[in-house]
Amino acid sequence: MLLIKCPWCGERDETEFSYGGEAAIKRPLKPKDLNDEQWADYLFMRKNTRGLFLEQWNHSVGCRQWFLVERNTITYEIISTKRINSDALNSEVPQ
Amino acid sequence: MNKYSAFSLFKNALTNNKNWQASWRDASPKVKYDAIIVGGGGHGLATAYYLAKNHGMRNIAVVEKGWIGGGNTARNTTIVRSNYLWTESSLLYEKSLKLWESLSQDINFNVMFSQRGVYNLGHTLQDMRDIERRVSANQLNGIDAEVVNAQQIKEAIPLINTSETARYPILGASLQRRAGVARHDAVAWGYARAASELGVDIVQQCEVTGIRKNGPQVTGVETTRGYIETKKVGVVVAGHASVIADMAGIRLPLESHPLQAYVSEPLKPVLDTVVMSNAVHGYVSQSDKGELVIGAGIDSYIGYGQRGSFHTIEHCMQAIIALFPNFSRVRMLRQWGGIVDVSPDACPILSKTPVEGLYFNCGWGTGGFKATPGSGWAFAHTIANNQPHELNAPFSLDRFSTGALIDEHGAAAVAH
Repeated sequence: MLLIKCPWCGERDETEFSYGGEAAIKRPLKPKDLNDEQWADYLFMRKNTRGLFLEQWNHSVGCRQWFLVERNTITYEIISTKRINSDALNSEVPQ
Repeated sequence: MNKYSAFSLFKNALTNNKNWQASWRDASPKVKYDAIIVGGGGHGLATAYYLAKNHGMRNIAVVEKGWIGGGNTARNTTIVRSNYLWTESSLLYEKSLKLWESLSQDINFNVMFSQRGVYNLGHTLQDMRDIERRVSANQLNGIDAEVVNAQQIKEAIPLINTSETARYPILGASLQRRAGVARHDAVAWGYARAASELGVDIVQQCEVTGIRKNGPQVTGVETTRGYIETKKVGVVVAGHASVIADMAGIRLPLESHPLQAYVSEPLKPVLDTVVMSNAVHGYVSQSDKGELVIGAGIDSYIGYGQRGSFHTIEHCMQAIIALFPNFSRVRMLRQWGGIVDVSPDACPILSKTPVEGLYFNCGWGTGGFKATPGSGWAFAHTIANNQPHELNAPFSLDRFSTGALIDEHGAAAVAH
C-alpha cells in the first residue's frame, strides 16, 4: 500500500485517497476550433509514462483536496507531493 | 519436430524421456524479416502462428524482451468466455471461443481447455435486469447463454452461500456452459512451438528500444540484439504498449495498471466451474492441481511494477469469502501482479496506425487471455492485408476520434 503525504493532512494510507490520473492536462480554451483528432487527443490520449510521472490524487475521505504527486511508476516511490496551486506548477494545471 | 501423441509419450517413456526435442527453436535475430511481432505473449505468438498458417508469411520473427510465458500470459486467471453485451465484442470473443474449442488439435499441444461453464452472479434487481439483457443479446448473436436462479446455482455449486440474509444475496446468474478455463502457459508454449514449426523465429531476451521510420513508413526496429530491418511491425506488448507507441511518436488512449491474482494451497476438488461476481468483485475457479485461482480488479494507479497494494488483495478476499464462507480458512500460496493496459471503453485496439506498416494490438485491459486465439487470428489478417478483418474493424484506433466507442465497460455488468 502506498503511503501518501497529503499536502494538507500529512502522511496517510492509500485507502484514504482516490486516483485522478495524469496531471496538468489542459482543457482546450476554444473547443469549437478543434477537429475530432485534436478533441480525441485531449479527451482520451494519455502519456501513461513508465518512470517519473506527474499525477493527481484526491484525499477523498480526508480533506477532499486535489493535489499533485510525482511518483515513479516502476518502483512506486513517491518523489514529492504538492498543492495544486503552488507557484511552480500553476501554469501547468488545468484552469 | 516430434508430433505429440499417446504413442510419442509411450515411445519416449521407453528411452527414459531422454530424447524429447526442444519445443521450439530459440532463434537469433536475422538482418531482415517480412514482419516482426513485438511481444512474445499469447497474443503475439498467436499472431505469428496465424500469419504463418493462414497468410503464408514464414519469414517473420517474434521478439520478446523476457522469455516465453513470463508475462501476462502466465499471470492471468485463465478464464475463457464470450458472453459480452455488444455485438462487436461478442463476435470477436466468440470467434476466439470457437478457436479455443479446436486449439489443442490445431497446434498439437494440450492447452487443457476445459469448458466447465462460467457463472456471472447477480446480487441486485438491477444486476438481474442487466443479466437478462446480456443473455438475450448473446442469444441473438448465436452465443450460448442462459439465466439461472439462486436454487439452480446452489444445486450446481453446493459450497456457495445463497442465504437470503447475506449482505449481497445471490439472486441468480448468467451461465455460459461453453465457457471455462485453459492452462495459460501451455497456450504460450503451444503457439510458440506451432509457430516455430512453421518457420517463425522466436527471439527471446531481445528488447525493442526504438522504431525506425522513413517518412511515414516503418523501416525496422532497434533492439538490444541489434537493428532488424522490416516493413511491417505488429506491436502486442500489453502493459507496455504506450512505451513502444512513444518510440514511434504515436499517442494511445491507454493507462497501464497492476492487476493482481492469487492461488491458494491445493485442495481436494471443491469447485468444478467458474464463479464471477461484479457486485462483490471477485472471481474464482479451481485449477487441476487443486489450487483456488482468484482475482479481482485493478489497482487504481498507473503502475509498471507487476505488483500492487495490499488493500486490493484484502478487498478481493472479502468478496470470495462472502461468496464461499468456508474458504475463509484456506491459506493463500502465491500472489502476483501483471500490467494491464486499460482503454477508455474497456475494449481492445486492433488497428493500423498513422505510421505505415505499424500495427497495434493493445488495450485488452483485464480480459485479454480469453481472446488470445481470436486476437492473433484477426491481427494476423490485419498485418497481412494491411486492413482489418470485419471482426476487428470496429476496434480501430480512430474510434476515439469518430466517437464510435464500444461501451462494454458500463453496460456489460461483467467483470473481465
